[in-house]
Amino acid sequence: MAKMTLESLRALRESRQQGIERRETDGKEIHVIIGMGTCGIAAGSKKVLEAFINEIDAKKIENVIVKQTGCMGLCYVEPTVEVKAPGMPDTIYGKVDADVAKKILYDHILNGKLVSDHIYQRPAADNVVKG
Amino acid sequence: MVKKNYILVCGGSACEASKSDAIYESLKKALYERGLADDVQVVKTGCFGFCEKGPIVKVLPEEAFYVEVKPEDAEEIVQETIIKGRLVERLQYKDKNAKSTGDKFDVEKIGFYQKQLRIVLRNCGFIDPENIDEYIARHGYQALEKALTEIGRDGVIEELKTSGLRGRGGAGFPTWIKWNTTKGVEAPQKYVVCNADEGDPGAYMDRSTLEGDPHSVLEAMTIAGYTIGATKGIIYIRAEYPLAIRRLEVAMKQSREYGLLGENILGTDFSFDIEIRLGAGAFVCGEETALLRSIEGNRGMPTPKPPFPAVEGLWHCPTLINNVETYANIPVIIMKGGAWFKTIGTEKSPGTKVFALTGKINNSGLVEVPMGTTLREIVYEIGGGIRNGKAFKAVQTGGPSGGVITSENLDTGIDFDALAKIGSMMGSGGMIVMSEEDCIVDVVKFYMEFCVDESCGKCSPCRIGTRKLLNYLTKISKGNGTMEDLKKMEEIGYAMRKGAPCGLGQTAANPVLSTRRDFKDEYIQHVVDKKCIAGKCTSLVRFEIDPAKCIGCTLCARRCPAGAVSGEKKQAHKIDQAKCVKCGECFRGCKFGAISKF
Repeated sequence: MAKMTLESLRALRESRQQGIERRETDGKEIHVIIGMGTCGIAAGSKKVLEAFINEIDAKKIENVIVKQTGCMGLCYVEPTVEVKAPGMPDTIYGKVDADVAKKILYDHILNGKLVSDHIYQRPAADNVVKG
Repeated sequence: MVKKNYILVCGGSACEASKSDAIYESLKKALYERGLADDVQVVKTGCFGFCEKGPIVKVLPEEAFYVEVKPEDAEEIVQETIIKGRLVERLQYKDKNAKSTGDKFDVEKIGFYQKQLRIVLRNCGFIDPENIDEYIARHGYQALEKALTEIGRDGVIEELKTSGLRGRGGAGFPTWIKWNTTKGVEAPQKYVVCNADEGDPGAYMDRSTLEGDPHSVLEAMTIAGYTIGATKGIIYIRAEYPLAIRRLEVAMKQSREYGLLGENILGTDFSFDIEIRLGAGAFVCGEETALLRSIEGNRGMPTPKPPFPAVEGLWHCPTLINNVETYANIPVIIMKGGAWFKTIGTEKSPGTKVFALTGKINNSGLVEVPMGTTLREIVYEIGGGIRNGKAFKAVQTGGPSGGVITSENLDTGIDFDALAKIGSMMGSGGMIVMSEEDCIVDVVKFYMEFCVDESCGKCSPCRIGTRKLLNYLTKISKGNGTMEDLKKMEEIGYAMRKGAPCGLGQTAANPVLSTRRDFKDEYIQHVVDKKCIAGKCTSLVRFEIDPAKCIGCTLCARRCPAGAVSGEKKQAHKIDQAKCVKCGECFRGCKFGAISKF
């Protein structure tokens, strides 16, 4: 990537923002976002990440994107995973291990059912300053 | 098949205790009877953190938020909300302060959700920290753009001044003064330093910020470099934070590739780059002058102020030094304006504060609340209350330099000045919640051990004072303390406060002084009655077996790690007090209540 000027930074920001919006309305992609802060990793989020990737590969599931993020603040229920799937509420799962990860994949992502006993609330979801 | 609705029932331990299981079953039954079992899924969730008003039921996608729900309410929820799409008003959470929301599903107006406000943690847990594009998509580097092209150096200072932002490292010094002073000094070389040497036990706000959103700190440091006229930035971070260091390195590499760090940033004539220096984990290096000495390659010991780093800092050059959280606030302030920031929080302490909530609390984690939020709101409404239903005792804030806040001050709005007034301090944001199971003497002893280890040894008030205090505390916890010792401790504490040259020594006695005032009785119990009610001071605890109740099951003898329990099968057992290590294993294991704790 070449060094950016003001114009190219603005252009990139705009295209990225549109990308995010399109993702939300079009909704063809499913996002699995794994909390990979130190707290998450200490609680085993690397195994969860592996479980998702292996299972998705093994079953040749397309349109699922596995991503990482930092600490969501829910340190008491790490590892945490957020799933954004079209037509379903954005959901945060806590206390996820490899088995729960498979359950999330089959129940939530493939069958549109939430996985009981592992759903948590994002702290102050509606009060994030977007700048 | 995708469901039409989802009903979330809180399955946290507090809600389960008030029959959330039965609610779950009744909802399923009500749905089944109406043939909706396939269209609506009922799920149990983890704690909503609002246990005071439990059990809680939430209906999605309508976002209907019902509190204090009873099993017999299930019918109405299904009939009204699921079938007719209307709110069951009687079950809705009503906030005293909120205006009537009418018949709209307006969860954003619920007070509970407004307790937290995320400015510093705006991107943590949302974006991929190793992908600069995601940061940019969320208005990243827009503040830098604004500083470079619109408002200029004076504009940045002006916004900071209007915002009233105070340093989040602990002392709460107005940030704009630091920036303005460094800017005003003429020098061929200046530095921007980020203090990421987070050392308070139980505090991890800065680590999480750097791990979750490294670019916010890089952007702020670049703005700082531009404003004060520096070309070099240094992040001083503890080597114990390997993940944060790696994420910073990745972020810096991406920024350089994009030309957001390095020569001629964004095509302007401004150049700035950042490097990382690793600290070896000495607590005193969080003190700004000691930190600068450590970067210079010297032993990390504080040097007297003045000269302040703003005038004469790193390698005798003017140096701007701020903490991670302070920097993370800055891009938002520049973008949205100082006036906007000033509306959040309290008059003297605008903005939010991130706390690492730990200890005997149900929902430990990172919380970010506007200044002025009360401790009660943090502990009970966000933290979900004390673990295992125990009674609240105190909250320790400010780490080894801070003090305790007792239940009397639960309703004090938290900001820099209010905490100082009640004998504690904001510190960096560690918040350790204590329950009735914690012993104050034991906790203070822990902090004093920490200070003894971490005192750099340069000055005698701190080096000798902390050791003396620890000796007294140990003596008291062993049951050998006298009232004279208590008086001596206070004298030493006040002498340290006056005599020590740096922040560590001046504040090291704070845990002693604040608990001597608020928990006088507990000290006296240890000294006069030789008792530790919480049972933490093991020398003051004794376990005994009641021969009348003991049936000789041998369980206690098997559990004892020290071989202190003796006795034949089916005969009463006995504890050898000389061998007993007071671990309490026998006490916890006994099924017949034959063992008592004194």
